[in-house]
Amino acid sequence: MTRRFAHALVIGASSGIGEALARHLASEGTRVALVARRGERLAEIAGDINRAAGEERALTFAHDVCHRDEVPVLLQEIARALGGLDLVIYSSGVGHPVSFTEYSTDKDVDMIEVNLLGAMAWLNPTAERFWRLQQGTIVGIGSVAGDRGRSGAPAYNTSKAALHTYLEALRNRVGRRGVKVVTVKPGFVDTPMVADFKNLPMVVSADRAAAIILRKAGRGVSTAYVPARWRLVSLVVRSIPSFIFKYLKV
Amino acid sequence: MRDALPGRQVEWVEGWGRAAGAAGYVYRPTNVGQIREVLELARSRGVPVVLRGAGRSYGDAALLAEAVVLDLSEMNRILGWDASNGVAQVEPGVTFHDLWRSVLADGWWPEVVTGTMTPTLGGGLAMNVHGKNNWTRGTLGEHCLELTMLLPSGELRTVTPETDGELFHAVIGGFGQLGVIVGARVRLKRVHSGRLEVHAVAAQDLATMLRLADDAKNRWEYVVGWIDAFASGGRSGRGLLHFANHVKADEDPAAQESLRAEAQDLPARLAGVVPKALLWRFLKPLTNRPGMRLINAVKFRLGSTIGNDKRYRQTLAEFSFLLDYVPNWERVYLPGGLIQHQSFVPVAEAEGVFARQLELCRRAGLPSFLAVLKRHRPDPFLLTHAVDGFSLALDFPVTASNRDRLWRLVADLAEPVVEAGGRFYPAKDAALPGELYRATFRDGQLERFAAIKERTDPGRLLRSALADRLLLP
Repeated sequence: MTRRFAHALVIGASSGIGEALARHLASEGTRVALVARRGERLAEIAGDINRAAGEERALTFAHDVCHRDEVPVLLQEIARALGGLDLVIYSSGVGHPVSFTEYSTDKDVDMIEVNLLGAMAWLNPTAERFWRLQQGTIVGIGSVAGDRGRSGAPAYNTSKAALHTYLEALRNRVGRRGVKVVTVKPGFVDTPMVADFKNLPMVVSADRAAAIILRKAGRGVSTAYVPARWRLVSLVVRSIPSFIFKYLKV
Repeated sequence: MRDALPGRQVEWVEGWGRAAGAAGYVYRPTNVGQIREVLELARSRGVPVVLRGAGRSYGDAALLAEAVVLDLSEMNRILGWDASNGVAQVEPGVTFHDLWRSVLADGWWPEVVTGTMTPTLGGGLAMNVHGKNNWTRGTLGEHCLELTMLLPSGELRTVTPETDGELFHAVIGGFGQLGVIVGARVRLKRVHSGRLEVHAVAAQDLATMLRLADDAKNRWEYVVGWIDAFASGGRSGRGLLHFANHVKADEDPAAQESLRAEAQDLPARLAGVVPKALLWRFLKPLTNRPGMRLINAVKFRLGSTIGNDKRYRQTLAEFSFLLDYVPNWERVYLPGGLIQHQSFVPVAEAEGVFARQLELCRRAGLPSFLAVLKRHRPDPFLLTHAVDGFSLALDFPVTASNRDRLWRLVADLAEPVVEAGGRFYPAKDAALPGELYRATFRDGQLERFAAIKERTDPGRLLRSALADRLLLP
């Protein structure tokens, strides 16, 4: 059964998949809180949503996911402003381009901060809350890139792989009390993050990705490849032995 | 930046009908000092507080999403009991159950009890509950001699009808919006037996139901009617009435024995065999329209033939606490839960309004699964629900597919009540549009209530989903 959500929070809602998720949720009648660093951009998106809905369906909260100490009180404020919370999506992510010979700790730390530590900061109190309430759905936007350590993106791959593991562990904690934790692994999605890459295979629009993700979230699946054919691709990629994989330019 | 509330306090809290629920930060203080601390904590975090007793209001009276929930059910000591005059000093979390079990052996019984013994007296006073003897005894608030209140400012104030009648009559029935009731002195009534003399009669239509209930009101202390809401045409409004009086001292040779609390215990097994704790599971397959139509029809058939015009004796608990007869009966309505709508209509308009309500339910394809009729009289409280007339309480199952239609139906049911000069009962409500509730107060009561709220809780710390829905324009 696919369930609909009454009150949702999307962290990283100012662009890409997060923005598309917020718009989709609102179009289905969900009250949604948009969190991202760029408050003005959020206000534009929320303005669109609320004009289309004819009511205040989207609320905005400007926040930098690196400011982890702000999260506990902000999460409570958001739940109060929405009048409840049954879906939390962590969609913030950065993928800094790094060249084959580049070793930039600054870039790597930034990716770990945004992609992993920010997720932990938001999803830890969310998991505690949902565990106590014995209900709720958590969605983390990972990536197929987290399924292997590729030469082109060591820290990005690591951040997503760690996120997958963290989400699996959360699922094993809170799943026994009816809470759903969905690991989403998109392939290439037409977002600003991949704008600089040319000739990518199997690209889907952010809108299409959002529709798939919400369907999977409604079913409470454990892991969702987006679109589904990436599961097969990932299976093949994960099956390649390391001694061969290291020579591949992927 | 403000601090967060402790995440470990989060709980899901629901109305009794389980159709309304919300997450809240639940605190269960056991003394006034702890209540003060919780109020201060909430104020410092900028979070509203909703008061809660046993959570036996059907709808959203003791709920507010993401608020601090001040649950007073563990502040439940009977601090004083004077068997010579039947006056008890209670903390707000004392339940009807706690109270009657403590006093019955001395020959006393609460003046007013609800259909379940589980509500707290603090909650009962906040909602100004009534029982099956509303015509003869009024509401619970009429038997309260003194209230001790903790105002959101931290001031402890003792209020009686004599010393501050305005506040007293606003707090009772004020749905916990003016202050926290932390103590009450209540007067009970003398009983000489633990049993009631009951008279059961059947009525073939609504007009007969109303006439019989009205005729009985001065001869019987308790008057309650059950209506088969599935019956249509000329049989619409048919039902069974139960009248009861306390058995007098000289009428019951075993009076003393019947006053023992244990003699009042409801049997744990049906027919001595089926554990009643399991009974709701057997009822669940019947909790749908065909099943409930059948149950209602069979109940009427039995009551109008072999059960008609019968007199018998029942213990006080058996007669009073029908809702406790099947433990956890509300679970038969899961997952959607149930809502109840209870409207109060002046005598002259009752037949017309109730006939129209029953017809509206049938036409909407949403017949009430349980319909209850009572006789009422006005009382002196500011936001009173009572009128000189009758009330009809209608239970409806809530499902994912009927929810929107049901909420619209409630608004449709309420309109003729407003036109007739009737009232609604917030303790039961979950779905009434605020404008219809407010339209029933035509003499400035809401403005007076708002003015008192401004004095006792200017920061609007105390709120509830019900109060937000019904009181705020």
